[in-house]
Amino acid sequence: MDQKSSSLGRFGGKTILYAILMVFVFIFGFPFYYMFVLSTVPGTEVYRNPPHIFFKSSFFTNISALFDDIPFAINFFNSFGIATLATVTVIFFCTMGGFALAKYDFKWKKPIFVLMLSTMAIPPFLNIIPFFKMMIFFQWYGTWLPLIVPGMANAFGIILMTQFMQSSIPDALMDAARIDGLTEFGILTRIAFPLSRSGIAVLGIMTFINSWNNFLGALVMLPNINSTTLPVALSKLFMQMDGDRGGLMAGTVLAVVPLIFVFIAFNKQIISGLAAGSVKG
Amino acid sequence: MVETGKRIAPYVFISPFLILFAIFGIFPILYSITISFFKWTLAGPQDFRGIQNYISLLTTDPFFIGSLKTTFILLVFGSLLQHVFAIPLAIVLNDQKVKGRGFFKVMYFLPYITSTVVIALVFNQLYEQNYGWFNFIIENWLGLEGVKWVQNPGAIKASIAIMVNWRFIGWNTIIYLAGLQSIDKVLYEAAEIDGATGFRKHWHVTVPLLLPIIFFAVSMSIIGGMQLFEEPFVLMKGYETMGGPSNAGLTSAYYLLGTGFNFNRFGKASAIAWILFAIIMAMTWMNKVVTDRLQR
Repeated sequence: MDQKSSSLGRFGGKTILYAILMVFVFIFGFPFYYMFVLSTVPGTEVYRNPPHIFFKSSFFTNISALFDDIPFAINFFNSFGIATLATVTVIFFCTMGGFALAKYDFKWKKPIFVLMLSTMAIPPFLNIIPFFKMMIFFQWYGTWLPLIVPGMANAFGIILMTQFMQSSIPDALMDAARIDGLTEFGILTRIAFPLSRSGIAVLGIMTFINSWNNFLGALVMLPNINSTTLPVALSKLFMQMDGDRGGLMAGTVLAVVPLIFVFIAFNKQIISGLAAGSVKG
Repeated sequence: MVETGKRIAPYVFISPFLILFAIFGIFPILYSITISFFKWTLAGPQDFRGIQNYISLLTTDPFFIGSLKTTFILLVFGSLLQHVFAIPLAIVLNDQKVKGRGFFKVMYFLPYITSTVVIALVFNQLYEQNYGWFNFIIENWLGLEGVKWVQNPGAIKASIAIMVNWRFIGWNTIIYLAGLQSIDKVLYEAAEIDGATGFRKHWHVTVPLLLPIIFFAVSMSIIGGMQLFEEPFVLMKGYETMGGPSNAGLTSAYYLLGTGFNFNRFGKASAIAWILFAIIMAMTWMNKVVTDRLQR
């Protein structure tokens, strides 16, 4: 009798537990579902009571409306180009910096590491006004450079790579390479890079996502709708007028879908990378 | 030859960081202090004002005082409230017996990788007064009066706070989950032998051991929350509206950007940045003191 009621209680507890977990799945998932639904609803029918819940068939009409509203090809190219270049440069410079901290002993190692940790506490807003002035002075305003160059060798990426490389590159292998006449730069490119592929994957994916979503930087540095990124262009479209909701919703889908694919394909690496950075850091 | 290379190499490898940090980190900070002491417009520095920018912001600027209030309210109900959801979720997902943990983690983390602009646009549809899901549920299922989510000053703050919670609960859950995985299982068994189960076990064992991670996650929330900009900026449609009706959505970071890039008052904007920085530092320090006291 006793046993029965306790197992019943456990069963009930388990059901409630999964119910709560599923409620949160619904809360986090529904806005995505609704975004996909609205992207298929004709622009004139978006406002309806009760609100839409099922897919309609106007996705491609909405896409072509979007292409009339914003210079989509340019915006997409800017987003993609900036994110790609940021990713490539971050991978190169942060792996290089991480390699120095992980595999070499040198006098200034500790102070440099502390300096890096403290730069992560500087809020980006503190620098935004002087940064804007500097970019005008450099004549970088309106180009991709302000969105790529300053973050190329960032503290977060270097510390992440340091953690990965401490365990993944054997010292003996480096010594053997030196005896074979490889330079230190050769060790970096031929040994350190190939052996830290999994760390590079995490850093690369996170950099791409962050760069793709970078709103503030693109808003300040590329304010013109004809030369800006997709998120800024969508926000401008939203602020300009209240009419074309269909095109706008199709645009949000196009801005999010690449990231959802990347995330689902690499979710284990992304989640473990984030966890590693927070617990050790 | 090899030895020299080995000695110089780390400095060469780390030099990009040092060079970029000097140009884009240290220099702008010094420059920003300078700008904040001037009346500084598009044409450049007009005249030296000393700490007048700071004084007028803190004493006579109603927009700035209001923006600080808005920022604090959103910090509490947007950035800090989410930990109340994230810690229990992480404890549940840390239980090896729960099935489908990978699926839950992916679903909970999805909002974080989504662009804020997209989030604001979708929520704007959900918040729509006559045709949105929020009011549909409130009116038809709960039988209450619909809310003017993006028109009513009080509701605007709630709208923004909901978006911030929605975006970051999953991120914090993952952080706490990583922290929980580093807790020794033996401690739970000891607690169970002592008769602690369920809620009490977690309150007495898990939470104290999680304090360093809580400190980290709350610090990140403070830093992020005090700079909250994108959600209100997009939902309230840009600089011109200054945060919508009664400036309800005007956070301090929003006001900073508007002051700088819409009104071209760079001196005043830099002073706002430094006041915000001082507040962030003070709050992080307070967080540290509280965490240390609890840990003792």
